[in-house]
Amino acid sequence: MMNLADSAPATNNMLGSEADSQRTLYPYVTGTSVIGIKYKDGLLFAADMGGSYGSTLRYKSVERLKSVGKHSVIGASGEISDFQEIMRYLDELILFDNMWDDGNSLGPKEVHNYLTRVMYNRRNKFNPLWNSLVLGGIKNGKKYLGTVSMIGVHYEDDHVATGFGNHLARPILRDEWHENLTYEEGVKLLEKCMRVLLYRDRSAVNKLQIAKITEEGFTVSEPYSLKTSWDFNAFKNPTLDAEGSW
Amino acid sequence: MSSIGTGYDLSVTTFSPDGRVFQIEYAAKAVDNSGTVVAIKCKDGIVMGVEKLIASKMLLPGSNRRIHSVHRHSGMAVAGLAADGRQIVTRAKSEATNYEKFVSRHLSCKVPLVSVDAAEAGDTEMVYGEAIPVKELAERVASYVHLCTLYWWLRPFGCGVIVGGYDRDGPQLYMIEPSGISYRYFGAAIGKGRQAAKTEIEKLKLSEMTCRQGVIEVAKIIYGVHDEAKDKAFELEMSWVCDESNRQHQKVPENLLEEAKAAAKAALEEMDAD
Repeated sequence: MMNLADSAPATNNMLGSEADSQRTLYPYVTGTSVIGIKYKDGLLFAADMGGSYGSTLRYKSVERLKSVGKHSVIGASGEISDFQEIMRYLDELILFDNMWDDGNSLGPKEVHNYLTRVMYNRRNKFNPLWNSLVLGGIKNGKKYLGTVSMIGVHYEDDHVATGFGNHLARPILRDEWHENLTYEEGVKLLEKCMRVLLYRDRSAVNKLQIAKITEEGFTVSEPYSLKTSWDFNAFKNPTLDAEGSW
Repeated sequence: MSSIGTGYDLSVTTFSPDGRVFQIEYAAKAVDNSGTVVAIKCKDGIVMGVEKLIASKMLLPGSNRRIHSVHRHSGMAVAGLAADGRQIVTRAKSEATNYEKFVSRHLSCKVPLVSVDAAEAGDTEMVYGEAIPVKELAERVASYVHLCTLYWWLRPFGCGVIVGGYDRDGPQLYMIEPSGISYRYFGAAIGKGRQAAKTEIEKLKLSEMTCRQGVIEVAKIIYGVHDEAKDKAFELEMSWVCDESNRQHQKVPENLLEEAKAAAKAALEEMDAD
């Protein structure tokens, strides 16, 4: 039924050259940080729309936040094609869940667990899906937010991030997040984090989306840009005191 | 037109002198003894209804589903042996999901690939990438049912199946019998009350009917053909796939179902009053 049997073939030279063409060695088109936070009515997520090709900011309309079933949202950083593959797995998972038609539906905790198993098992076969995922949602009033990495490391928290977000955004969130953020406060907080990432992360682009999930359902904003300010004294005449520069 | 096929009816791989395969005909009898299944094609979709004869008061209402979703856009109503039906539904689901994922490998690959999974082959691939057309689904299910009439060590499926779906060619209705025959229909009925049901369906002007109206009509037909004397209680199970349901196959919404049941009961009383 579900085809999780994509793996390095069981040849004798498992890590040899012929087998190499059959497993992921490095990512090609990548997305950068994703941030997720819980707020009063549900969860909020932010991700920019960039797909980098190495150091080139090649694609600028990549949707990295997607809904999963009725209750969850997934955000991905890392290899975009692997994210598309993950979406295919999840679509099939949700389809089969819907076809049961038994009044129950997969919640974010279950989807997170499924993803963890997929990522970890692929890692064990030396053929990872090169993504760091944020998975969150709300079901029957209970909010859930978690993350999975390409090697299967997973945990849940009130606020999570991938990539550079872990280093730049989470310290801000640790200081300023609290349980009863309103929607507006949550968006402002996310924008604050995304702005820092825009300044400091080389692979960030200034075109982002905010996704929200509540009991009512999933919405994702139209893409928009953040205002930035480069009007700092330190940026004026940066080479003034540098010996030998002009 | 039933006759005893003594001697020629022990195996599905035996023809009778007059060219019949009795085992298949006997399989059809299993279908004929089951609760009626009615399906119609309205102008904006398909409506399917099943007369679920209740074997015991202990059964939970809403259990023992006879109509199953096969994919987002299509569903299947089963009559006959329930376990056989489940097998067919599983196969249909599998066909539907595999079609969408289908990858065909270009035949010029030089490196002998150890992995059978073409997704990793890296050669030119074509993926269908769309939901299985209803015609294709019906053909595959029919093929599978027919398969089980070709070998002496397999028995034919003791169930008939009605496939209703909505793809880019519009709503379509197919019926598949235990023999593996599959035809496309405007209206179809299988099971106990099929003769009476077909007569009723023929009276309807299906091309002018919406699914909303169709739900009421199907309920009326099923209540009408239900034999109070022979089978006491039954539960009505209905599903549709239409523009109103966003071309998704789903159970008929609760309030519409109740409306349909009420209308059907009222129609019955009217008939009794005559």
